[in-house]
Amino acid sequence: MGRSLKKGPFVQQALLDKVDKMNETGSKRPIKTWARSSMITPDLVGHTFLVHNGKDFVSVYVTENMVGHRLGEFSLTRLFKSHGSHTVKAAK
Amino acid sequence: MARLLGVEIPNEKKIEYSLPYIYGIGLPMSRKILSASNIDPNIRAGELTDDQLSLITQIIQGLKLPIEGDLRREIQAHMKRILSINCYRAHRHRRGLPVRGQRTHTNSRTRKGPRKTVGAQRNPGAKKGKV
Repeated sequence: MGRSLKKGPFVQQALLDKVDKMNETGSKRPIKTWARSSMITPDLVGHTFLVHNGKDFVSVYVTENMVGHRLGEFSLTRLFKSHGSHTVKAAK
Repeated sequence: MARLLGVEIPNEKKIEYSLPYIYGIGLPMSRKILSASNIDPNIRAGELTDDQLSLITQIIQGLKLPIEGDLRREIQAHMKRILSINCYRAHRHRRGLPVRGQRTHTNSRTRKGPRKTVGAQRNPGAKKGKV
């Protein structure tokens, strides 16, 4: 079921505050965040986020096309492993 | 063979079932179009008069539905956007795995294709005793 329109998109308040502050001053530092469920709003475009994937912080540069997606979609939590690669390359 | 909207050539089936040969029109939309045009859905497509055909064309164009090339292009554009932003869905598409959270432990054969048994494989280029 979709989210009620009345509430608007969910963005972690602390994250929004940080972005607002940075938009005011015009600075663009990467923001470390755990807020994977935060929706990407137009305000966030052009910023870089370090989105936690449970282990590391994955750097996500937000572009216009990403609006409406959530931060977590760009920071994968699983590592894709396949069989049968006993190669020198895979051992590294 | 009747021609509709350029290249579409629905065959000698009932018109209700030949309209879905147009990419972008399914059975429900076909029924909707026919009821709007007051054409008996049981008539064979070949038996339609020119007037009826043009009426159908008119209704389809009036619906402003993306059809055929337009629809394909639209879908392609969506795919391109998703792949370009590198989100989770993009990764699933690239790997050929289900995109909408289905299980992959079993099933998902539609996306994964025929079963491929994976046994022990060694790269012939790798040196013996060295991993």
